[in-house]
Amino acid sequence: MNDMTPVTALKDWESDQEVRWCPGCGDYAILKAVQRTMPDLGVTPENTVFISGIGCSSRFPYYMETYGFHTIHGRAPAVATGVKLANPDLSVWLVTGDGDGLSIGGNHMLHLLRRNLDTQVLLFNNEIYGLTKGQYSPTSRPGTTSPSTPYGSVDSPVSPCAFALGCGARFVARAIDVNKNLGGTLKEAHAHRGTSFVEIFQNCIVYNEDVFEEFAAKKTAADTQIWVEHGEPLLFAKGAKGLALDVDALSLKVVDVADGDWEAAGVAVHDQANRSLAMMLVQMPFGEFPMALGTIFHNPAETFDAAVTKQNEAASVGKSDDLQALIAQGQTWTVE
Amino acid sequence: MASSAEKIEENEPGDVSAVVVRFAGDSGDGMQLTGGQFTLSTALAGNDLATFPDFPAEIRAPQGTLFGVSAFQINFGSRTIRTAGDAPDVLVAMNPAALKTNVEDLPEGGMIIADSGAFTDRNLSKAGYEANPLEDGSLKKWQLLAIDMSEMTLEAVKPFGLGNKEALRSKNMWTLGLALWMFDRKRQPIIDWLTAKFAKKPEIAEANIAALNAGHAYGETAELGYAFQPRHVDRAPADPGLYRTVTGAEAISLGLVAGSKLANVPLFFGGYPITPASAILHHLSRLKQFGVTTFQAEDEIAAIGAAIGASYAGSLGVTSSSGPGIALKGEAMGLALVTELPLVIVNSQRGGPSTGLPTKTEQSDLYQAIYGRNGDAPMPVIAVRSPSDAFHCAIEACRIATQFMTPVMLLTDGYIANAAEPWLVPEVDSFKPFPVTFHEDAPGEGEKFNPYSRDGKLARPWVKPGTPGLMHRIGGIEKSSSTGNIDYSPSNHQEMTDIRVNKILGVADHIPAQDVALGEPGERLAVVGWGSTYGPIHQSVSRARDAGKSVAQIHIRHVWPLPKNLGELLKSYDRILVPEMNTGQLKTVLRDQYLVDARPLNKVSGQPFRIAEIEAAIEEQLDG
Repeated sequence: MNDMTPVTALKDWESDQEVRWCPGCGDYAILKAVQRTMPDLGVTPENTVFISGIGCSSRFPYYMETYGFHTIHGRAPAVATGVKLANPDLSVWLVTGDGDGLSIGGNHMLHLLRRNLDTQVLLFNNEIYGLTKGQYSPTSRPGTTSPSTPYGSVDSPVSPCAFALGCGARFVARAIDVNKNLGGTLKEAHAHRGTSFVEIFQNCIVYNEDVFEEFAAKKTAADTQIWVEHGEPLLFAKGAKGLALDVDALSLKVVDVADGDWEAAGVAVHDQANRSLAMMLVQMPFGEFPMALGTIFHNPAETFDAAVTKQNEAASVGKSDDLQALIAQGQTWTVE
Repeated sequence: MASSAEKIEENEPGDVSAVVVRFAGDSGDGMQLTGGQFTLSTALAGNDLATFPDFPAEIRAPQGTLFGVSAFQINFGSRTIRTAGDAPDVLVAMNPAALKTNVEDLPEGGMIIADSGAFTDRNLSKAGYEANPLEDGSLKKWQLLAIDMSEMTLEAVKPFGLGNKEALRSKNMWTLGLALWMFDRKRQPIIDWLTAKFAKKPEIAEANIAALNAGHAYGETAELGYAFQPRHVDRAPADPGLYRTVTGAEAISLGLVAGSKLANVPLFFGGYPITPASAILHHLSRLKQFGVTTFQAEDEIAAIGAAIGASYAGSLGVTSSSGPGIALKGEAMGLALVTELPLVIVNSQRGGPSTGLPTKTEQSDLYQAIYGRNGDAPMPVIAVRSPSDAFHCAIEACRIATQFMTPVMLLTDGYIANAAEPWLVPEVDSFKPFPVTFHEDAPGEGEKFNPYSRDGKLARPWVKPGTPGLMHRIGGIEKSSSTGNIDYSPSNHQEMTDIRVNKILGVADHIPAQDVALGEPGERLAVVGWGSTYGPIHQSVSRARDAGKSVAQIHIRHVWPLPKNLGELLKSYDRILVPEMNTGQLKTVLRDQYLVDARPLNKVSGQPFRIAEIEAAIEEQLDG
């Protein structure tokens, strides 16, 4: 935060609109975490824009006392691209869901990520269509019964973080709606220049309650969650277990750590700039492995908005902006 | 290039003050380029002109096939030219397929110049000729000049050591050289152009120049007979000033830049490649020094989505496409409309539905433009009538979009996009600026900003994110007219719908009254059109009037909302004829709006109207 940025408090980020999600919805926790984190980011409400598509999560902008644009289904990345290119000084946030961001808007998400527009993407993954009343989504597990799949879904789900990494994302993180670490992850996402992709496991209490309970439950979290940190060993279960590289299988494996000697157990150290490691972490089958959370991949490069601005400027150097001369260009002739 | 004083007559039989030439060849033969350069030399010679490029959708269709023929027609003369001409006087055929697909358009006695070197057994067979038409007398009702252009080109470029295939690429320049000789044109502008185009490959430039010179020299030295003597077409009378040639796509691009300058906002263009609209993206992407940002999006929806985002952030968002892409943008148009953000959507219409005829022209997206969105979603629609008119229409679209906070549809078509005509370069200073005022006044203590407050035109304020004290949320979901918050209540939706309709209808108070392009109100017949049918309608009405008939031409630029005087004007005529390159869309709109007996004249062949077709329909209306 620089000295010129006015100090804001949580209430400065709350709009006067009554929040209309179902009581108990995970969205409330995410909203609060975002509002609580904003004062720490060195941005002002007037320079912040929240852009969303369609779905429960996409009502988010109405509850933020910032500029907000509730657009159309799946297209928030496109609108955000125009906003950021027109005014790169704005802090642009996208709020989307598994249906909005990965089904109808999957194409836009792909291109947003590969272009690396400087924006934060908060993808609320609840593995279900909430606003349309409970159909299975592209992240639903095989066999999900829903109004549109009474005999169970038969298609394979997409892994949001693996998708993002495959698209060339340069910041990929994972968090849980009610987890205290969400704020920290959001701060890291904001600090990254480029598209920051944050998958947030969000509990839909009406249509998919407790679908993440097996790893989200606080009681068993120590054994089921691994919060990765750059430069730190990949340990969980209070240091009793770790992730090591299985060189023969070209994958990760869980190893026991005796007496805290993780080096002896061969536990790998997290390198957030390593895309292959990140891909292994986000694709670990849960059960056999814990759920990887936190900033899994972070490897910055030039942002799309910066590149566009730079090219616009370079292409203008030494060129006249005389409109009259422009329209009279080419081979001309004069009639007396 | 209309001069106000002189009389317009076009291509009457025996008329020598105008000539129609059609260049036809394989899609790889460079016919569009030949036509384009011939157009330039014609413009520089001071003739008035109109062109019609007609090419297949395939980039390099299989050689020698009938469907791979690409043609370029130019009509030029010493008087005002309004159309590319009903029929060619001269046909340049680079192979049997080009001859076969075009020769029947040539009136008896017309000239054929054919490359006999391309009339091989293989090519003849591909074109379905059993015998060589250059030799079997089947072309005797025309005047035939068969030259082995291929051989002569190879001979001319021999010194440059190119391979056979490479060398034959210069054949179109040989042909152009002959055409320049035939119509007494200067070679230097073409030589300058070739030198600049192949600056990095000087041997290619020299080979092409050699071919051009050889074609020209052939005309001078060969004794071609009376019919093929050079002819000089005098300068056409024109208003004084500086001229250039311009295509519709160029003029739209320039008009958008001018419009953004007059509005004093940066231009943001989001586009996705599609025929025949891509040229606008190409032109604008080279104009960054004018505050233009271009974005080639991942699809049509992203293109308009980004343009909407840019408008929201304080630029003038523009997107462009053709029918299929416009269909994809429909939902986003509704978003721009309901959030009341300025936006210009350019539709370069082509034959439809679906993929339809990508490289052929049609006017069949009028319903789509006026009505093609979910909900009651009114949007101003402006129709371009010619390449040079496109400049003014683009500025008008920018003005209405920014002054009324609304998306505006600008309709052009494949014919206008690609066709060229001389353009009297306007003085930019002669356009009245319409600078945007962004709303920046934060509400007082205890007051709240309402993003849906309105000015006298019912336009809402334009607030750029980044403005302190005016944070607000907009979106596609219905908003309260008094607070801007989500509001589904019945009375509010009624009110907001009415406001949206009335705002757009109110645009009619800020556009010119409908004029009569030819003739007077109250005559027997009004021929009413829109878009690129202007030229053929103008010529046919002009001829009918010269023959003493009571006919007027009305050409509508503001297709929605319609000019306020249009209903009364139409009702002053006994009969109304509406020629359109669709199955009767404006006709239906006029009937609906004014309960008048508008009669259709429809053509959906992918080709522009011929003057004679409209003349015949005028006759029928007046006799009936």
